[in-house]
Amino acid sequence: MSTATAPRRQTESPGAAPGGTARPPRRRKTHSPYPTWFHLPAGVFYVVLFLIPTIASFYFSLTRWTLFDVEFIGFDNYVRFFQEQQLIQSFVNTFVYAFLTSGAKVVLGLLLGVFLSSQIIGRGFLRSVVFFPVLVSTIGVGILFEVLLDPFDGPVNETLAIFGIEGPGWLTDPNLALFSVAMVDIWAGVGLATLIYIAGMVAIPQEYFEAAKMDGASAWHSFRHITLPLLQPATVTVVLLSLIGGLRRFDLIWTMTGGGPGFSSDVLASVVYKQYQAGFFGLSTAGNVVLFLVVAAIIFPLSWWLNRKADDR
Amino acid sequence: MVTRTSRRLLAVGASGLALSLALAGCSAGGDESTDGAVELSFLVDNSEALVETAGALADAFMEANDGITIEVETRPQGSDGDNVVKTRLATGDMADIFQYNSGALMQALSPDETLVDLSDEEWVDKLDPNFVSSVSTDNGMYGVPMGQSMAGAVLYNKDVYAELGLEIPTTWDEFIANAEAVKAAGDVAPIVQTYGDTWTSQLFVLGDFNNVTAADPDWAEAYTAGERKYVDEPAFAGFQHLQDAFDAGLFNEDFASATYADGVSMVATGAGAHYPMLTFAAGQLMTTDPDAADVVGAFALPGPDAETNGLTVWMPTNTTYIPRTTEGDKLEAAKKFMAFLMTPEACDIQSEANAPQGPYVIEGCSLPEDVPAMVADLQPYFDEGKTNLALEFLSPIKGPALEQIMVAVGSGITSAADGAAQYDEDVIKQAQQLGLEGW
Repeated sequence: MSTATAPRRQTESPGAAPGGTARPPRRRKTHSPYPTWFHLPAGVFYVVLFLIPTIASFYFSLTRWTLFDVEFIGFDNYVRFFQEQQLIQSFVNTFVYAFLTSGAKVVLGLLLGVFLSSQIIGRGFLRSVVFFPVLVSTIGVGILFEVLLDPFDGPVNETLAIFGIEGPGWLTDPNLALFSVAMVDIWAGVGLATLIYIAGMVAIPQEYFEAAKMDGASAWHSFRHITLPLLQPATVTVVLLSLIGGLRRFDLIWTMTGGGPGFSSDVLASVVYKQYQAGFFGLSTAGNVVLFLVVAAIIFPLSWWLNRKADDR
Repeated sequence: MVTRTSRRLLAVGASGLALSLALAGCSAGGDESTDGAVELSFLVDNSEALVETAGALADAFMEANDGITIEVETRPQGSDGDNVVKTRLATGDMADIFQYNSGALMQALSPDETLVDLSDEEWVDKLDPNFVSSVSTDNGMYGVPMGQSMAGAVLYNKDVYAELGLEIPTTWDEFIANAEAVKAAGDVAPIVQTYGDTWTSQLFVLGDFNNVTAADPDWAEAYTAGERKYVDEPAFAGFQHLQDAFDAGLFNEDFASATYADGVSMVATGAGAHYPMLTFAAGQLMTTDPDAADVVGAFALPGPDAETNGLTVWMPTNTTYIPRTTEGDKLEAAKKFMAFLMTPEACDIQSEANAPQGPYVIEGCSLPEDVPAMVADLQPYFDEGKTNLALEFLSPIKGPALEQIMVAVGSGITSAADGAAQYDEDVIKQAQQLGLEGW
């Protein structure tokens, strides 16, 4: 910020000359390069679309709300939400899902990123192929894989049958459903992680590798001591984005299993959605507030810790 | 970094949402043209049968009434559709006429505040009193039926029964014995379950209500007051039956992924022997396997006692309502359409557009001669008075998670006892949301 303000002051000084005496205090106030009215449209937009709904949601989470009338019931919704039978299961599922997909995206994204930034034939084409699933609508991916993974007529199990393997009920086996969805999520999302890693790789100056080579470092040493540390910012970004994405993942799970069979692949977001569908608007708002707090409680410390590690070096 | 990115994503999402809301607003508003003509929008769910019927009714009505046009719009089925209806009603953005369920689901729409009261219309006395009570609150009567009443029954393949020399069962034990006989005979799935469409799992409990009422006539009323529970007999039997059938390995191999359409087709082709289902499956059957119209029969879901064996009956679930947001000329036209739905002419159009699923609840309407066997099989129960209303027409309480709980019980994930206890927990939310006494 300081580097940005210094030149601005110089350019502004001729125009601001008439009010010269009042300058020192004003200088401290107007550290933004734009006048106040310039912020107004974005401010109104922010207040109307984000601030008011957020505050309203905290209020409605304390009410029994039918959309038609509202009754204030204190913290009853939160009590009820935490009594929800499948809540523990859905919490576990949410974390398993988020950490599994996030971890896999980091590892696979890193490997693919290293691979796709090396000198290989058809690099541009291969990069687009990896990124392509990111561009496809998640709902489309979900419906497609629901068909592919059908236990009896699905191409996946039919292919396995050719080799004499009896494929499992990918989405209908209660022990497997969540992991099947996670695998699809990783497939669909790893392209973005790869892209971020490729950007990180490109930013590493070649001199480091040349110097390491001169010192007789092996490929593994270069990777371990140059690539990996210098990719730290990229890793932070990938971890945070995929973890947030995983914690609040809903669309893919809903289209593929609907939280089922039974409740075995329910996550927090799908529990909340089902409450909303059932017309328990206050209760589901309370659930969303809980989801918000859970995501915040994980992401803020993690972000702080990861970024501090990045700054330390 | 985090906050900035996620905020930007949020902003993109929010502007998209705002845009789509704006678009929805435009399309729903409709234009009243200058020459006095009225254009009505008519929102129905997107099931093939219903869209066809609604279209046929609208066409016939428009032919008879110059100057009124009716445009049929569609929405998703199931809970997603519930969402659409509730949200559009609450935001004053509802179509001029819409179709929705009767009974407990209608009660959740706050009908006194959102729907136009029809109790003063002259045709009201022509309706079956059971139906009237399923679309009424203390303050008004809100709906006109489309289609017919129906039963929650066991659809069965008559050819399979003839081949194995089986009799129609009147007790649960006889039913299981029949299913075991089918299993022993080989390829045919004794009982079809289709959890690819989770809602189909509920029949074991919902269709058993005749047996609950037989054992305890005051059950529904006491249930609404919070004095009866599903963990206790007689209501628990429905959960227990489902677990027993699963434990005995009587389900089709692909029960976890099969869909409703698969289920109907299995019982039609003889790949399955029994399929507990609502008789609205007649519509599906006539669309996909019309040749099997006389092959698929129906019998009441049996209970412990052959004496009280009878049908659990659903009032027409497809009911048309007028939202309060329909005013002036449009309201007049919409009421005219409602009156039209009450005529025998409209009933005949419905019989023709789609296979009837049970008797009509409108005086003067009768079924055609050539109804599918599963509908004809219901008539004796009606003639002998062996019918009881389903719980959802006697009590406003229906827990939203029943279908998932039943899938879990029917897949062996949860025991019947746990499932019933979970369902008792689940309905508390509904009862509290409705503001009932004693919860």
